[in-house]
Amino acid sequence: MNTVEHTRNADRTLGDPIVQISNVAKSFHGNKVLHDVSLTVRQGEVVVIAGRSGSGKSTLLRCVDYLETIDSGEIRACGHLMGFKESAGGKRTALKEADIARQRQDLGMVFQSFNLFPHLTVLDNIVVPPVQVLKADEDATRAHARELLDRVGLPDKENAYPSQLSGGQQQRVAIARALAMKPKVMLFDEPTSALDPEMISEVLDVMIDLSTQGMTMIAVTHEMGFARAAADRVLLMHDGHIVEEAPPEKFFNNPDSEHTRLFLSKILSH
Amino acid sequence: MTWSWEHFFQYLFSGYIVEGAWTTVWLAVVSMILGCSLGVVLAFMKMSDRRPMRLIANTYIWLWRGTPLLVQLVIIYTGLPQIGIRLGVVESAILALSLHEGAYFAEIVRAGVMSVNKGQEDASKALGMTWAQQMRIVTIPQAIRVIIPPLGNQFNLMLKTTSLASVISMEELLRHAQQLAQIEFRVLEVYLVAACWYILLTTIWAQVQKRLESHYEKPFGPAGKPEAAPSINKIADITSTQA
Repeated sequence: MNTVEHTRNADRTLGDPIVQISNVAKSFHGNKVLHDVSLTVRQGEVVVIAGRSGSGKSTLLRCVDYLETIDSGEIRACGHLMGFKESAGGKRTALKEADIARQRQDLGMVFQSFNLFPHLTVLDNIVVPPVQVLKADEDATRAHARELLDRVGLPDKENAYPSQLSGGQQQRVAIARALAMKPKVMLFDEPTSALDPEMISEVLDVMIDLSTQGMTMIAVTHEMGFARAAADRVLLMHDGHIVEEAPPEKFFNNPDSEHTRLFLSKILSH
Repeated sequence: MTWSWEHFFQYLFSGYIVEGAWTTVWLAVVSMILGCSLGVVLAFMKMSDRRPMRLIANTYIWLWRGTPLLVQLVIIYTGLPQIGIRLGVVESAILALSLHEGAYFAEIVRAGVMSVNKGQEDASKALGMTWAQQMRIVTIPQAIRVIIPPLGNQFNLMLKTTSLASVISMEELLRHAQQLAQIEFRVLEVYLVAACWYILLTTIWAQVQKRLESHYEKPFGPAGKPEAAPSINKIADITSTQA
């Protein structure tokens, strides 16, 4: 029925594992949202996580950046054991807040609600974090920020405030802001869910562009068009489990799980 | 004895009263600065992850907001010497006023910080900011807007509340008015003069506050609205000129 526009991944070679989620479990107030979840993402890979709301997909993504603590299991990202320090004997101690902050510098994250800093201009939103957090050179960061704005298609908005931008523009600034930290992995938490339909593609275009340049990406999204166009693997989460994990062709045409069939029939029927 | 305008105006501009008013001003300013500093500390203790911190802050706020300032003043000035702590009048007045202010200001700061969207914390953390960086770069600059209006009200209250310090013989506006009344026996004129000075001070402050608020009430950035799409007429104009 469909010709999959699966253009970019055919001849790509993936690098070493860069994010390894092993047997992670997480509960909120006795309500288990992640059951023994494991997932390995390799350098340069684009992984899309789909699933109904409440399936645990956003929680999983937030755990990778340690915005949520985990109850058991472990997460290794960019060479860090997230949230913990490992001593020679394999003993683990919880890290201090400032050390966790340092671990997060290697991961970029984009949120559903953009979360730009409303009191700063577009340019300052992008420049201030690297300058303050990484102590990066201000002039160089400014130049880099302008390049990034150019890349996300907003070269003329550097002096605007977030409130003056549309949702799609804000989200593109948020992507530029995350990239300015030069992350090794980008996490997208439903980046287009809060957008008006006509603005979704401008954000997806930026994400697809990013994926073709070799950025490792984990995206929680309902945009199956993006999954077809850019993903190496598509995952379906259901009730805190990963129930399907397949390349896009298989995910959309011949999934193993009944949950995936049901999910696809619902999402593609309208 | 009937009302005398002559005496009213004589007292209104008398050096003794002006001196009292000046004392009221600096007492209020100093107590406000110290009280707000204490309030900030208490607010962050109250928001701390550590239970003992919260317990200390909550207990403090409960005690200081639950007892009258007049009682606190009297305890500090006349009660504490009994256990060997002797403070002068000025020290006692400043101490009592700022300890009292701290309890109220803590709640104001907390409300301001809590008003900042939770997403701002997520974004700050995801950008690798420590808690201190998040506070300095992201949270406090946004919380200020919420804090400024109640802060102004607190200072208005403080200007008037300093009059309580007259009971421990602090030489401020009301105390000077009382002294003058005892010598001159023109009670109504003297106290109305004091009232005039209080209203002058609070009115001046109200103007300052208005400016501060209008500055901080503005949306971030110039207009605060996304650019409107060009109207149909305008598009028609463009196309017609091109044609």
